[in-house]
Amino acid sequence: MTIQQERPAVSDKPPARKKAVLSEGKRQERKLGLLLCAPAALVMVAVTAYPILYSFWLSLQRYDLKFPDQREFVWFENYATVLTNSYWWTAFGVTMLITVVSVVVELVLGMGLAMIMHRTIVGRGLVRTSALIPYGIVTVVAAFSWRYAWTPGTGYLANIFGDGAPLTERASALAIVILAEIWKTTPFMALLLMAGLALVPEDLLKAASMDGASGWQRFTKVMLPVMKPAILVALLFRTLDALRVFDNIYVLTAGANETSSVSMIAYNNLIKGLNLGIGSTMSVLIFLTVAIIAFIFVKAFGTAAPGSSDDGRR
Amino acid sequence: MNTKLRWGLLDAVVVVFALVPVLWVMSLSFKTAATLTDGNFIPRDWTLDNYKLIFQTDQFVRALINSIGIALISTVIAVVLGTMAAYAISRLDFPGKSLLVGVSLLIAMFPQVSLVSPLFNIERQTGLFDTWPGLILPYITFALPLAIYTLSAFFKQIPWDLEKAAKMDGATQGEAFRKVIAPLAAPGVFTTAILVFIFCWNDFLFAISLTSTEQSRTVPVALSFFTGASQFEDPTGAISAAAVVITIPIILFVLFFQKRIVAGLTSGAVKG
Repeated sequence: MTIQQERPAVSDKPPARKKAVLSEGKRQERKLGLLLCAPAALVMVAVTAYPILYSFWLSLQRYDLKFPDQREFVWFENYATVLTNSYWWTAFGVTMLITVVSVVVELVLGMGLAMIMHRTIVGRGLVRTSALIPYGIVTVVAAFSWRYAWTPGTGYLANIFGDGAPLTERASALAIVILAEIWKTTPFMALLLMAGLALVPEDLLKAASMDGASGWQRFTKVMLPVMKPAILVALLFRTLDALRVFDNIYVLTAGANETSSVSMIAYNNLIKGLNLGIGSTMSVLIFLTVAIIAFIFVKAFGTAAPGSSDDGRR
Repeated sequence: MNTKLRWGLLDAVVVVFALVPVLWVMSLSFKTAATLTDGNFIPRDWTLDNYKLIFQTDQFVRALINSIGIALISTVIAVVLGTMAAYAISRLDFPGKSLLVGVSLLIAMFPQVSLVSPLFNIERQTGLFDTWPGLILPYITFALPLAIYTLSAFFKQIPWDLEKAAKMDGATQGEAFRKVIAPLAAPGVFTTAILVFIFCWNDFLFAISLTSTEQSRTVPVALSFFTGASQFEDPTGAISAAAVVITIPIILFVLFFQKRIVAGLTSGAVKG
């Protein structure tokens, strides 16, 4: 990469000439910037924007790969079918439940874990290393671990709440899915929060403590305000990530007993049912749901949203 | 002393919480068929049979090759493209910069399942379905935002003036890059590569939707197909052994590069 040459020449030339040199360099810089970004931008747009538009096009058609002859343009019929279907709304409810409960619990646990990772005076490396394992491990592997742990006979957890098969009952199965989600992603939440924690000035905490603030007061009055941007970023990313829940449900319950998430039924309609029309409709609906939630987050938090502060930072 | 003990206890809780599920799968993978369902956390009879079994089957070996190949190729491409874009974002001024940052942010939040239906059909028609490139393409796409964010955060911390200083001291452009900038940038690029690799290694949704045979199935998908496969009497042991095998690289990364991974994950977060 011999790109540095094209950077604008700065410094001690007379003002009149400097301006001309700058604009020449500026043009070069712009060109180089666009050139360097083009491949990444092209791939990202080609693999997301085009398919989502294509998905919308497919969602307006009756298109079942088992009966390709009946392919027909039906406008919004598929949307009516999906939105009046109780399976869709059950899955929607399940997804929301899993998202809300796991994100709230993760925020609390993640805050605790972030504190421990940030402030512990013994074995900091050990704690951080262990916490990274759930983050790094393949979700399917963790899900199998939980599944076998809760399987009667095989597992060490199956009988702690008395007899029965927890994974075959709706409430307990959903609780296990949530547990698996929390185990897997709390460390990620904690790392994002720890980044915010690192921004809290020690002096400020000391000063607060000198002024007689209790531990709780220091937390709510000093740390939380400083950490707010980090908390919002963590919440946003985890919420949108939790809405995608698929792997854990696939392995733990396969969607039995009404434990399917929206991702799960979209997958089932497409790959098992080979119904492209309905599958695409669900794709579009999930996309819209996520877009609306992201929009609310960004609107509600304004400048605290990631990316928005990027401009003036160069 | 007292505070040390308290922190030690808290640490212990975290370590146990994080490790129990992993140790449990390991324990299952070493159990003999007879003791597999005894529910004991520590195996009573130890055996390596489960490992021998999976390495004798094409199903697993082939999936392992697919997983490694697909994840490595995706990582290399995503990191190269990401480095170029991140360099431009952190060092150059050009129109559309904030647009690019915005687009990557959108893609980081994009529900992947929304792409499954259209990509399934597109790949079916273009012959990409059930091939390596068919998976590499979506992996690169979703790894790019991660790569761009992490790398721009790293690049912003590099003291670029050193390069100028080196040139003043008589280094050529190439030397300045090779001896000053590259060593400073390498840790960031390496860390990003680890994060991207973990992401690709972990994927299940694309892998199960866009493949249909052993030709391109990755291990997480192959694992889910072990279940009830007739060639294993009881797939639990085999699944556990395979699960342990694909967990090894993650554990190695975490053990050796803990500091870097933490730095990588936290760097992009606060500053955006």
